[in-house]
Amino acid sequence: MNVRNHTISLLVKNKPDVLARISGILSAKGFNIENISANVTMNPDITKITMVAKGDTATIVKIEKEMKKLIDVIDVIRVKEKNAIQREMALVRVKINRKTRDDVTKSLDSLQCRILDESSDRLLLEITGETGEIDQALTSLEALGMEDMSRSGVVVL
Amino acid sequence: MELNGAQILVRTLMEEGVDTIFGYPGGSVLDIYDQLFQSPIRHILARHEQGVTHAADGYARASGKTGVCIVTSGPGATNTITGITTAFMDSIPMVILTGQVPTQFIGTDAFQEADIIGITRPCTKHNFLVRRVDELARTIREAFYIASSGRPGPVLVDLPKDVMQARMEYQDVPAKRQARKEPVFLPDTADLEQTVAMLKEAKNPVILVGGGVLRGRASAELREFVRKVKMPVASTLMGLGSFPADDPLWLGMVGMHGMYYANMAVSNCDLLVTLGVRFSDRVTGKLSTFAPRAKIIQVDVDATSINKNVLVHLPIVSDCKSALVQLNTMLGNNGLEDLRESRKQWLDQIETWRVEGALTYTRGELIKPQMVIETLNRLTRGDAIIATEVGQNQMWTAQFYRFNEPNTFLTSGGLGTMGYGFPAAIGAQVAFPDRLVVDIAGDGSIQMNIQELATAVKHNLPVKIVILNNGYLGMVRQWQELFYEKRYSHTNISGQVPDFVKLAEAYGALGLRTADPDEVESVLKKGIEASGPVIMDFLVEPEEKVYPMVNPGAALTEMQLGRETGL
Ligand SMILES: Cc1ncc(C[n+]2csc(CCOP(=O)(O)OP(=O)(O)O)c2C)c(N)n1
Ligand SMILES: [Mg+2]
Repeated sequence: MNVRNHTISLLVKNKPDVLARISGILSAKGFNIENISANVTMNPDITKITMVAKGDTATIVKIEKEMKKLIDVIDVIRVKEKNAIQREMALVRVKINRKTRDDVTKSLDSLQCRILDESSDRLLLEITGETGEIDQALTSLEALGMEDMSRSGVVVL
Repeated sequence: MELNGAQILVRTLMEEGVDTIFGYPGGSVLDIYDQLFQSPIRHILARHEQGVTHAADGYARASGKTGVCIVTSGPGATNTITGITTAFMDSIPMVILTGQVPTQFIGTDAFQEADIIGITRPCTKHNFLVRRVDELARTIREAFYIASSGRPGPVLVDLPKDVMQARMEYQDVPAKRQARKEPVFLPDTADLEQTVAMLKEAKNPVILVGGGVLRGRASAELREFVRKVKMPVASTLMGLGSFPADDPLWLGMVGMHGMYYANMAVSNCDLLVTLGVRFSDRVTGKLSTFAPRAKIIQVDVDATSINKNVLVHLPIVSDCKSALVQLNTMLGNNGLEDLRESRKQWLDQIETWRVEGALTYTRGELIKPQMVIETLNRLTRGDAIIATEVGQNQMWTAQFYRFNEPNTFLTSGGLGTMGYGFPAAIGAQVAFPDRLVVDIAGDGSIQMNIQELATAVKHNLPVKIVILNNGYLGMVRQWQELFYEKRYSHTNISGQVPDFVKLAEAYGALGLRTADPDEVESVLKKGIEASGPVIMDFLVEPEEKVYPMVNPGAALTEMQLGRETGL
């Protein structure tokens, strides 16, 4: 059994209870979702939901079938890493002092990162990247004095 | 022309071909009831909303049409849950219309408000809240389409009172339907060709049929298929009736209380062709030992049923009818006639099992419940619509009544709902006023919806109730006897409470009773011949058990036969 993360993208009708239907089925059938994000597409009647599920291929196929069965789900797409851009975002507050500030910014050098706010003892950062990059950034920031963070689900195109 | 929501609703129902509705009124549906009062639609007033839903379900199972119910908001709606879930588990097409508080009160805990959309999301195929009158007609049409297409199921439409009262300029829409979701699954030709090849190769093949054959109206095609391939046919509880029990190739029910020879055949076959079967745990027994030698071909309209419990070799996502029609064409007129000789050994083996493990019971001083069903089968020549409750009564019916025609056996298979049978029988009688409709009941189950006796009497629905009165919640008692050292914790309900004969009379029905095996036939005859609803109370052997039995978690071959045959 090869258990790993899979990204599934759903196009659904933009209706109030679609998310409830999806999460209801996922919990009723005992599937585990790592993260989820949703927003309207260019067509305001259609919402795109992207979720990352952990499991072997058989489990992921079951999730896809259950999703396809929902009346309000228009399409289900398994995202192949090679052919799609996947991004996550994290907002991070880090405690700094004069000595550590540069260590923090340096550790993020190779990433898409913006400083949203800065004071003498705090940095507020916005980091975007692939899931693995965010994981890495958060690990190093934790060692450097991360106070709090908030992380989005994955979006894909 | 200007119409209000209730008028549009009733019009749309009639356009959908609805001529019968089961229901129970209340404050939120007053406007709809006011329109029903003036419409040609027949309304059957039950005595409890659970009865409403089971009756609509029985109507749907017997007639093949979509069952329609209407109930009020709050408690009316919540009382439908067991009926909806029963239909959901067995894939029965139903449309449930629930009243709802006016839209501006939704979410305020208003009087008789219940979040029925939230409550029924997991037990409906789909549900809708109609927020505006201009969405009403389209939503109703969609509900009927969803309920009956693909794998059928119950669809609930929640109707706020203000939407029923709102007026709008209404134009009849053209009958032509818009294209909708629910793609039709047609079988892949290559898969069917492979199926034929596998059929030819197999030495010991078995067909296993399930509810999907009945829901997919594929009974005639199944008969033709079996005529061509000459393979023995076993069935799940839900598939009974899809193939004639009188046919020599019929093996009967498989599973926990299945026939010895059916379970042996499935466990020893080298090819298992399943049609509309979802491999419930009651069917498979211990999964790792299910059909261990077989290649499995699974035909099912619901992709989520495929490879769910049992991994199959050749999955075919298709309704049973489409697949069988094409297979029948591919097999040509002669079918597998050439293989007749090479299959003989297998069929002989099955005949040996059939003799070894024949269904029997011993006779005694007291009435044996199996004998009541055998006698009923003989008197009706298998030509009746039979509903059951749940428990031993249900299993004995599945074993001893010989169903030859589709949609003549109404039973709650997936949910196992006590109290299902009687209202379901009422629904079937509404669909077929001139046919004999019998509910085979237990003394426990019948009390769960006994109030519907009023419905049967008031609507002149001559349903016959046969109570196999063992004084116990018998199936639970059987498990207590076998697995809990006869500690009969709260399963003894004996003592003639209630007196079913007097109870029948109190409702204006006929009540009959016997404890004498010699009177079984005459009581059944009298009950069947009576013009109205009847309760026949048969006082049967209290501790009779249902056999064969595969203990939970055991392999299908590990059957207890309950007799000293050395098997
Ligand atoms: C609504 C409901 N409650 C409880 C059960 C559990 N149950 C299954 S069989 C059974 C006993 C049924 O007794 P009875 O109707 O007398 O039938 P018998 O088994 O004696 O034929 C019970 C309580 C059930 N299936 N349905
Ligand atoms: Mg009983």
